[in-house]
Amino acid sequence: MIEVEGLTKDYGPRRAINDLTFQADSGEILGFLGPNGAGKTTTMRILSGFMPPTMGTARIAGFDVVDESLEVRKRVGYLPETVPLYPDMTVFDYLKFMADLRHIKNVEDRVDDVLEIVHMEDRASGYISNLSKGMRQRIGLAQALLHEPEVLILDEPTIGLDPAQIREVRNLIQEIGRQRTVLLSTHILSEAQQICNRVLIINKGEIVVEDTPERLQAGLTGVQRLSIRVKGDGDGLEKLIGDISGVTKTTSVHEGAVEVESSPGMDVRPVIARQVVEAGFDLVELRSIDLSLEDIFIQLTRDEPEPPSAKDFSEEVQIVDDKGRI
Amino acid sequence: MRNVWIIARREYKLFFISPVAYAVAFFFMILLGWFFYSALRDAIIQSTYQAYAPGVQIVISPLVTLLLFTMPAITMKSISEEMRMGTMELLLTAPVKDWELVVGKWLGAFLFILSLLAVTWIFPFVLNFLVSPGIDQGILISGYLGLILMVASLVAIGVFISSLFNSQVVVFLVSLAIVLIFWMVRPASSSAGGLGTEILSYLNFIDHYLNFFQGTVDLSDIVYYLSLTSLGLFLGTVSIEMRRWR
Repeated sequence: MIEVEGLTKDYGPRRAINDLTFQADSGEILGFLGPNGAGKTTTMRILSGFMPPTMGTARIAGFDVVDESLEVRKRVGYLPETVPLYPDMTVFDYLKFMADLRHIKNVEDRVDDVLEIVHMEDRASGYISNLSKGMRQRIGLAQALLHEPEVLILDEPTIGLDPAQIREVRNLIQEIGRQRTVLLSTHILSEAQQICNRVLIINKGEIVVEDTPERLQAGLTGVQRLSIRVKGDGDGLEKLIGDISGVTKTTSVHEGAVEVESSPGMDVRPVIARQVVEAGFDLVELRSIDLSLEDIFIQLTRDEPEPPSAKDFSEEVQIVDDKGRI
Repeated sequence: MRNVWIIARREYKLFFISPVAYAVAFFFMILLGWFFYSALRDAIIQSTYQAYAPGVQIVISPLVTLLLFTMPAITMKSISEEMRMGTMELLLTAPVKDWELVVGKWLGAFLFILSLLAVTWIFPFVLNFLVSPGIDQGILISGYLGLILMVASLVAIGVFISSLFNSQVVVFLVSLAIVLIFWMVRPASSSAGGLGTEILSYLNFIDHYLNFFQGTVDLSDIVYYLSLTSLGLFLGTVSIEMRRWR
């Protein structure tokens, strides 16, 4: 569906993206991750037909974005970073205008449909200038869905939405992504983790890594990390665990809590559990720590490599969900 | 072509909810009314000394001046506003050709001025009752035809200027400067002499209007305004295309 090869864009002397090559197939949600100024928006603008690349080619549904721009634009639904709306129009008029430009039949019905999809049917006759940021975001999304595009390009689709709306939009994207191709950019890592089939991390205009979120985690972690907690102060716990074969490193986090690293490919959890209980400790927690996508991201986009710091993944999701951005 | 109409329709409707357009229309009509009134008063004073009936020129002549200076205010938002608000991204990623966008923008503003011009028909209509044996219908028609052609070219130039800058204020000032140049070329052309005179007088925006004003419709004048309109629309399209490549 999306085929990008050697895509390069210069803004004057500054190179915004350099030699990007990637693909996305139908039924795939491709996450575009990167810090600000990494070239996400530039890439999306080229793919949506807004501007041509300096070098390289991009094809959408088999059409070249430069030579067959109109065909590409007919097949792409695009939500830009700054949601483009006319504040002095009503929601309905705005969507009708966009639908007219795309020569959609039964315009009114279709507008009602997309308004229902984004749960804005009750604001159809209201002026856009009176809408909140989250509502505007949803109208922008509705606009991108009007013509049932084969490819959906969303530049930070969940920005400015409240947590409930974020969940809704994510579900919506997942639903759309089953039959169509979705390319979405985000710097919310848990978002990419949750909804994307594949993640593309981009930094300073170049692709740093491209993989599934699961494999990214597994590949970078290598060793297994565990967190063990017992009731009380846990005297001698660290030494006890350290003596178990397969355990390579133990760190005492605080009283009664130890973090353990084991050699790759060995599951030491049953042994640890048994030994800890047999030694008379009251085991209250034994849990594996994943490297979150956020850690991977920081690790990959940092200039000088540094060992990753392990973070508690399950806690991470909640924090990142609400306001987690780099 | 359908896209042109869709864009023009939105543009046209927008004028009726825009305070700027209302302000412009308001001052336009007030000034025109004032000019009409004072011309009539002068005519009445004159007619006490000699047989004199004011022609339709007393309406059309101030209209030319007013339209020249109204245009920058009407077209300043046209494309620059889209660029400032980011909605340009929307239009340029919709399946609309660049020229369709420019022509649509032009048509919307042009139709708005035509609506304004339609309202000014009230003045010749009133005048027709006041003078006997009525006004010269030929001059009225040719005069308004000339006005329409002139407006078409002015709006095209305005839309082009609007595509160059993101700031409405800059667009307004540049458009105003161009109108002033049109205004000044006339005295300059008479002092140049020789071939210079001929070229300058051909380029002169106002002189081409004078024939219409006197009731003669000359093909060369029509061609002049139509080519100026096409040039403005062409440059506007090129300018949008250039923006993509930047």
